[in-house]
Amino acid sequence: MSTSAVSEKPLVSTLLDVKDVTVDYPIKGFRKEPFRALKGVSLDIRPGETVGLVGESGSGKTTLGRAVLGLAPVTGGSITYRSQEISQLGRKARRALSSEIQVVFQDPYTSLNPSLTIEQILAEPLTVRNVPAKEAGKRVRELLDQVGLPSGSVDRLPREFSGGQRQRIAIARALALDPRLIVCDEPVSALDLSTQARVLELFKEIQERTGVAYLFVSHDLEVVRHLSHRVAVMYHGEIVEWGDGDQVTARPEHPYTQRLFLAAPVPDPVRQEQRRAERRRLELEQREADLQAGAVA
Amino acid sequence: MIELPTVLADEAPKATGTSLFRRLTKNPVGLGSLIWLALLVLTAIFANVIAPMDPNAADINAVLAKPGGAHPLGADSAGQDVLSRLFFASRYSLLGAMLALAVAAVFGIIGGLIAGYYGKWFNAVSSWLTGLLMALPGIVVLLAARSVLGPSLWGSMAIFGVLLSPAFFRLVFAAVSAVRNELYVDAARVSGLSDARIIGRHILTVVRAPVIIQAAMITGIAIAIQAGLDFLGLGDTSIPTWGSMLSDGFQQIYSNPLLMIWPSLAIALTCVALTLLANAMRDELERSGGRKRRRRGAVELSPAEAEPIIVHDEIPDTEGRFGEELLRVDRLAVGYDQPDGSVKRVVHDVSLVVKRGEVHGLIGESGSGKTQTAWSVLRLLPEGGRVVGGAISFEGVDLADASERKLLGIRGKKIAYIPQEPMSNLDPSFTIGYQLVEPIRNSLGLSKDEAKAKAIGLLTRVGIPNPERTFTAYPHEVSGGMAQRVLIAGAISCDPDLLIADEPTTALDVTVQAEVLDLLRDLQRELQMGVILVTHNFGVVADLCDRVSVMRNGRIVETGPVRSLFANPQHEYTRALFDAILEEGPPRGELKEPDLVPIMTESVFLPSNINKGVVL
Repeated sequence: MSTSAVSEKPLVSTLLDVKDVTVDYPIKGFRKEPFRALKGVSLDIRPGETVGLVGESGSGKTTLGRAVLGLAPVTGGSITYRSQEISQLGRKARRALSSEIQVVFQDPYTSLNPSLTIEQILAEPLTVRNVPAKEAGKRVRELLDQVGLPSGSVDRLPREFSGGQRQRIAIARALALDPRLIVCDEPVSALDLSTQARVLELFKEIQERTGVAYLFVSHDLEVVRHLSHRVAVMYHGEIVEWGDGDQVTARPEHPYTQRLFLAAPVPDPVRQEQRRAERRRLELEQREADLQAGAVA
Repeated sequence: MIELPTVLADEAPKATGTSLFRRLTKNPVGLGSLIWLALLVLTAIFANVIAPMDPNAADINAVLAKPGGAHPLGADSAGQDVLSRLFFASRYSLLGAMLALAVAAVFGIIGGLIAGYYGKWFNAVSSWLTGLLMALPGIVVLLAARSVLGPSLWGSMAIFGVLLSPAFFRLVFAAVSAVRNELYVDAARVSGLSDARIIGRHILTVVRAPVIIQAAMITGIAIAIQAGLDFLGLGDTSIPTWGSMLSDGFQQIYSNPLLMIWPSLAIALTCVALTLLANAMRDELERSGGRKRRRRGAVELSPAEAEPIIVHDEIPDTEGRFGEELLRVDRLAVGYDQPDGSVKRVVHDVSLVVKRGEVHGLIGESGSGKTQTAWSVLRLLPEGGRVVGGAISFEGVDLADASERKLLGIRGKKIAYIPQEPMSNLDPSFTIGYQLVEPIRNSLGLSKDEAKAKAIGLLTRVGIPNPERTFTAYPHEVSGGMAQRVLIAGAISCDPDLLIADEPTTALDVTVQAEVLDLLRDLQRELQMGVILVTHNFGVVADLCDRVSVMRNGRIVETGPVRSLFANPQHEYTRALFDAILEEGPPRGELKEPDLVPIMTESVFLPSNINKGVVL
């Protein structure tokens, strides 16, 4: 009965729909105005799609990821997942959602409990769902295989692994329940360059095989460009540019995205010199435009 | 007593119960304490089996009997057998202490967990209550309780347990609020774990070890306080305890001083054993923490695998930008002393030259030895690290074995340093102005006003919009990019010849990074500094450097002028790094139709569940 509403919709529809979401964090102290981390943000994610979310520190990109995960207090707007409102769920209903929406955090050093073995970490989401121990063990080995780690690592502790390997373990944990959406919060920022490239390939490969969708949060336009079908750029708690990945990351239209694009140094001395000149020209232009706008107003 | 375990809180997760016990048995102090406590517990349990007589049986003929015969340790003023009383006293004294411990642990740990994990009003109320309990004088409360409730060992120990509970509360609260925001706790919540399970599995493990240590300390305190109460004659006279025996012995101190010895020994040895046990546990846990340094791990590699360094041809310096040779590092080796006496080498055979006005980039991944190389030029290697081979000559002085005094004249005067994390390199308790002025006065010998004028001039020079306000600000009042500008101002204050910049923009946002790189380039040209720039970002190298050395596993594998190395990387490792760069890579493109996965019609989380969840 409840299924008919969903099946009437076209086959290709929205997996996650974020509409005018605001998030306020209370500030300590009597009668202090709360801090508004998100000021009415809207985007949508389709099944099997990667949506990149770019911004600098304090832009609210991580907060949006946490709001989708139910870890940030949503004070306005709506987040619908498969046509059901999830922004104000209680803890119990949230737990039921955990097989649908998962997470990979930035810091592979603190996202794994240092006192649990890899098997315990990966089996945990399964055992709380009463999966028999034997089956869970089988699934753990399957997961390790999927992320390219030897199955002999089950009895080892996180500290015995390098940053890249730990991030693979965190990815395996996110995959344990076969989710449809994974929120990736700067998953490669703490990794070395070559490790970063391999982990990104892993993300891509998993998506092509399982059809999982990603909300991919990063400060790096290049990383986002590599992985995202569509890209949103955040600045001061708002989305300033939102559209096709290639266009936003290579031919940005919003002045902030343009600045962001030109600020990243190119690994080529000759082209970097040109980009530097271009950036200075743009800064000058934008400053003049601001001044004129101020004069008109 | 309280600060001791909080130090341990972050070491705790690494230790597990069984291995801690095994390690304790290998520690002589720990083993001794454990043996004494085990004997004591056995005595207490089997007191009625091993005691030769009834502890309360008075024998009028044996009053104050000397040791020997039927009474191995003699008899007390009531003619009761001392040995038997001692055994039974162990039972009651320990039980009393255990009661106090149990009450303290139940209140303190549960309260600490709830307050630390959920916070809010419970936290406010319980913190206030703890403060109140800690302010109460324990003995006075116990005396008051006795006058109301009458002499009762159990009653007074239960009350004392409540008075002791803040020790557990504060410890657990501190540990739990530290891990509550750890990412793995968030990950557990997203994995669908209930709060009870998260607390049991992810949070209790963190507090377990410090709580065990605290418990040993608290048991000792409870035994001492209880003995004190009984000694004053405020306890229950019908049951034998160490304190009441001590009291009896004290009254007979002139006629039979031996009577005091036995209970004193029992009390003293037990308290000492408990304290030593707590110390031994702390030592064992801390040692386990020291061995596992995370992240900046030095690479282990046999020094044998030396391979020829690929050197690119020089590009002639047509503009005459570079001056004389400032720094020459020749076959530098850096090693760390290991506990077993050996030296682990982390940098091998590194040679490089920096000329005046030249920016030399050191690029590599974590553990490649690039930062170690930079630190050894400053001779600021972390504890245990030292230059074990080669030479570092700077303007004719060999820094590799210069004396500390000689280094003082160079470091901060001729060689300056910019660190990676601007925030952690400014002291939060002093104003930015103070932190700039002091080194300037020290190294340039200026007066206070001159130094202040110079500092404000420098802040203006590094592009800080309102230098006077920044001068009086504290580090937490400025952004990361501004803090890095402040550190750059400090570094150039002495007009250095050589600047060592260790990942100066890694912690900054991209747009701020671009500004800081611009600033560094301008200053470097203006002051004609030589620069060693440590980075992992090829873009930063392309932006700023004249020459670059690629490092891997503590060695330079390829070096040369930036333009020729970037145009034609030859070492396979350099090529692999360039291949890993995503820049200018193909975009992902639009989501194609076949990629689209149809949404399943049935819902995994049924609406009925949702409604229940919202209500709950």
